[in-house]
Amino acid sequence: MKVLNKKNIITLIIVSVIYAVVQALLASGIISSFYEITIATICINIILAVSLNLVTGFTGQFSLGHAGFMSIGAYACALINLKMNSTAGFLVGIAAGAGAAALVGILIGIPTLRLKGDYLAIATLGMAEIIRVIFLNMDDITNGAAGLNGIPRFTSWLWLFVFTVFTLVIINNFVKSSQGRACISIREDEIAAESMGINTTKYKVMAFAIGAFFAGIGGALYSSYFYFISPTIFGFQKSIDILVIVVFGGMGSITGSVIAAILLAVITTMLQSYSELRMIIYAALLIAIMIFRPQGLMGTKEVTDLFKFRRKDAKVE
Amino acid sequence: MDQLLQQIVNGISLGSIYALIALGYTMVYGIIKLINFAHGDVYMVGAYVGFFVTTYTGLGFIPALIISMAACAVLGMTIEKVAYKPLRNSSRIAVLITAIGVSLLLEYIMMYFVGAKVKSYPNLLSGNVFKIGKIIIKTQQIYIVLTALVLMVILQYVVNKTKVGKAMRAVSADKDAAQLMGIKVDSTISFTFAIGSALAGAGGVLVGVYYNSIDPLMGMMPGLKAFVAAVFGGIGSIPGAMIGGLSIGMLETLVSGYGNSMYRDAAVFAFLILILILKPSGLLGKNTKEKV
Repeated sequence: MKVLNKKNIITLIIVSVIYAVVQALLASGIISSFYEITIATICINIILAVSLNLVTGFTGQFSLGHAGFMSIGAYACALINLKMNSTAGFLVGIAAGAGAAALVGILIGIPTLRLKGDYLAIATLGMAEIIRVIFLNMDDITNGAAGLNGIPRFTSWLWLFVFTVFTLVIINNFVKSSQGRACISIREDEIAAESMGINTTKYKVMAFAIGAFFAGIGGALYSSYFYFISPTIFGFQKSIDILVIVVFGGMGSITGSVIAAILLAVITTMLQSYSELRMIIYAALLIAIMIFRPQGLMGTKEVTDLFKFRRKDAKVE
Repeated sequence: MDQLLQQIVNGISLGSIYALIALGYTMVYGIIKLINFAHGDVYMVGAYVGFFVTTYTGLGFIPALIISMAACAVLGMTIEKVAYKPLRNSSRIAVLITAIGVSLLLEYIMMYFVGAKVKSYPNLLSGNVFKIGKIIIKTQQIYIVLTALVLMVILQYVVNKTKVGKAMRAVSADKDAAQLMGIKVDSTISFTFAIGSALAGAGGVLVGVYYNSIDPLMGMMPGLKAFVAAVFGGIGSIPGAMIGGLSIGMLETLVSGYGNSMYRDAAVFAFLILILILKPSGLLGKNTKEKV
């Protein structure tokens, strides 16, 4: 199979154009530093949402503990960065953060993924809380509730973009691989998948570990961009925020998650001036979206599916 | 030994409050299979209603408790009608996200009107203490346990002996079959929400009395812990929620008393994960067989 086929070249061109345009806008000062934070938030949220989408949207395993993995990545990267203040240290930190998160994902996933539906959601929620309490109590390493301060900033638009694209490419390819199809079959019907010879535990843990890996990257980028992390940042609320992006965009749609991450970040930035009303509007919007469009913006479709008119008739539901 | 008994006394009073909240979770879950994340915030609203009633009208503990329960019952029914009923046939996750939305909405509306600051609860009950040996029992603790007991007895009566209780049990066993038998499913679900929310409202007033302080985000953690209690007791089972609530309250006070109070929350969640792995159906829950 050729790597440089027509589709990949088009994707490459689009990706480079997006990078160049935003870079130009940043360099010329059209996007002020205030909106630069929005861009960083969008990229980090895309990484987190797409990785959670792999677990919740594609594999159908409802997780409320994504912020836990994010915090592992954030702390690992921050601690390494504080010792090794260089770009190499930053990259080592990201790798360590992602690796540690994936490892914890496997360790937690093996026992808890036997649970289903709501029980799994509560177990993952509990697990994220436990991780948070542990960080809170490791005073000599993590500085407890006060958090880590003065983390050197290496996360720039270039790195944000590189890691976002990396996440999208890997997860998109995973979903389309045979392993990815196994994951989707688990979402559709776990018993049927099992009877077709799919090792459901193996693929669930695999999806969970990959999701945790990228959540770790997201957390690492977060810590290196915002200078400061503390256990409260990675509470229950953060997991909910990520889940909201996934459900809003459509579970099982990668482009949906991307669109939702951008839309929600823009809405939050726009509502910034109404600080007190912001959360009320956000919550009301959330309820309204769920009542009127419970499948999310994109459902399980991707943006590219919208251009495939010819295949519409041949589709079998 | 004295310290242990003292912790047990504290655990029972805290546990009774958890049990009251857990009952609402378990009843709602039993009937529409929804983790009602907004339940913890209904409890917060209950605490505030009690606060306003006692501060501005000068009513005593019992009237405040009843008014707060009534207000929460109405709130619970409204939430169900507006947010959950349109989604009755959607995926479970959509309803769950809606519940999270309702929870955020209640928290921030409350914060908008009363501010994020912690308010101190008026002293409704005399601060007398009873001493049995070296164990100290506060009047508040006696009231809390008594109120919780009375409410649970009433609940048991309603669920097991009345017509509407029978309807509730029927709907939770099989919604479609219940409908075919002429049971009004919608009003039964409304009634369940009303009762569950009223119990949460009572829990809110009791917590205000016990800890003397309330704030708009107070519902989150107790809400989650009450859910743990409901899962431990076996979700859908009313006696299970009571036992679960008491056990979680006891676990929490024992961990704070003998270990590190910082690990209190972690202990509760670790306990939850253990239960889910060892006995997912909980202490008194029914085992469901998987059918193809």
